[in-house]
Amino acid sequence: MRAATTRALRAAGAIMARELARFLSQRERFLAALVRPLVWLFVFAAGFRAALGMSIIPPYRTYITYETYIAPGLCGMILLFSAMQSALSLVNDRESGTMRLMLTAPWPRWFLLGTKLLAGALVGLVQVAVFLGVGWAYGIHLPPLGYLAAVPALLLSGLMLGSLGLLLSARVRQLENFAGVMNFVIFPMFFLSSALYPIWKMQEASPALAWICRLNPFTHAVELIRFSLYLQGNALSLAVTAGATAVFFALALWGYEPARTRRPKGE
Amino acid sequence: MTEPALAVAGLSHRWGAKTALDAVSFTLPAGRFCALLGPNGAGKSTLMAVLTGLIRPRPGVVSVAGVDMGRAPRAALAGIGVVFQQPTQDLDRTVAANLRYFAALQGLTRPETEARIEEALTRLGMAERAGEKVGRLNGGHRRRMEIARALIHRPRLLLLDEPTVGLDAPARAAITAHVHDLAATGISVVWATHLVDELRDSDDMVLLHRGRVAAAGAVGGLRGATPLPDWFLARTGAVA
Repeated sequence: MRAATTRALRAAGAIMARELARFLSQRERFLAALVRPLVWLFVFAAGFRAALGMSIIPPYRTYITYETYIAPGLCGMILLFSAMQSALSLVNDRESGTMRLMLTAPWPRWFLLGTKLLAGALVGLVQVAVFLGVGWAYGIHLPPLGYLAAVPALLLSGLMLGSLGLLLSARVRQLENFAGVMNFVIFPMFFLSSALYPIWKMQEASPALAWICRLNPFTHAVELIRFSLYLQGNALSLAVTAGATAVFFALALWGYEPARTRRPKGE
Repeated sequence: MTEPALAVAGLSHRWGAKTALDAVSFTLPAGRFCALLGPNGAGKSTLMAVLTGLIRPRPGVVSVAGVDMGRAPRAALAGIGVVFQQPTQDLDRTVAANLRYFAALQGLTRPETEARIEEALTRLGMAERAGEKVGRLNGGHRRRMEIARALIHRPRLLLLDEPTVGLDAPARAAITAHVHDLAATGISVVWATHLVDELRDSDDMVLLHRGRVAAAGAVGGLRGATPLPDWFLARTGAVA
């Protein structure tokens, strides 16, 4: 039994090392992943600082700048993009046979796909770390211990979004272009969340939209990250993020189940 | 040699309303080279999908060295090496790195891995290529790398799905010869193809046509004095 576990861990290590190496070798992808949130931080936030008045809401205890407010949301955005990019490469892997090769390895599917998810979440974590580093240099200083406390929250959020991507790659055959994913997954999830504006602001504008924001699991991932960056817990967000991860992953596994043979009709 | 390397008994499958496999049955004794022959659309790909775990058969239909693929798919897969029709390689990594990744996927230890990589590459005449990037190899050598990779976990059964598609004549001949040599060392081989010139009279053959087994047995015995392309044409109406 122990020998089998060691062997399985070796397989998991190989899958993760390959994903990380692949990410690090794609410099353009790394750069794009970093530039996107930084543009939001440097340009969008600067422009909107004046337009959006912030008030003191948990987990904040003082007035904060708008840049500080959206930093956790942008962490979520990095994870969201990273997860959807992985989903697209999964579709490629499926077509090219790399996925088939992996699935012929003598391990349970949940284990192989879970490992791939974890690898994707780690890749997302690396990107978030670099982003927060640049943010620090720019003047966004969060509680020092918060950076550490946020790691589990970021990992869980990465797993949730990765599971969603895995589910999409299993269910949606026409996932070949990124534009579709942007329009139908990334934009709605990102804009209908608390990433860019607190929900009470949305409530003033439209109660219906505020409700959608509250139901959006991405909101809860962002809030989980936000609260843990300030060393505080948020039970609701933790429960929703963990629950959504479990549901998405279960559905994705179902999607990746091998088909069964079917007898010809009339037999 | 009690258990056959592969036994298929009454395997059927349909995609929607279209029947792909209809009560396919055949047995492959250990250590034989068996060509899975058939024109395009005969059901070879569907059969390969079942044998590689993509479609799960009912219990009691497919067994690999006595292990039921419907009941214990992972144990059955552990005894199979697969070369897929589409190439699956990391082109920017070396031959050895590609093999190491696969060995780790199988859970092999590092010392085990290095010895087996050398062994597998030597068998395919690729030992001196271990340090080369796969992207720099020609098509034939890439295929040989994939065959070496499929041998790393020492399977008893090797499945190859149209392994010579897209290769030039010398590369095709070399790969066909290499895999025949593997069969001579005791590994059972299923070689899906629609190209009859890759077969030898001493090989076994299962001819699939419209999802059914149209003929099965030794190539020489089946074709008699008729040249194999003519025999194939007469049976399937397709030019090989």
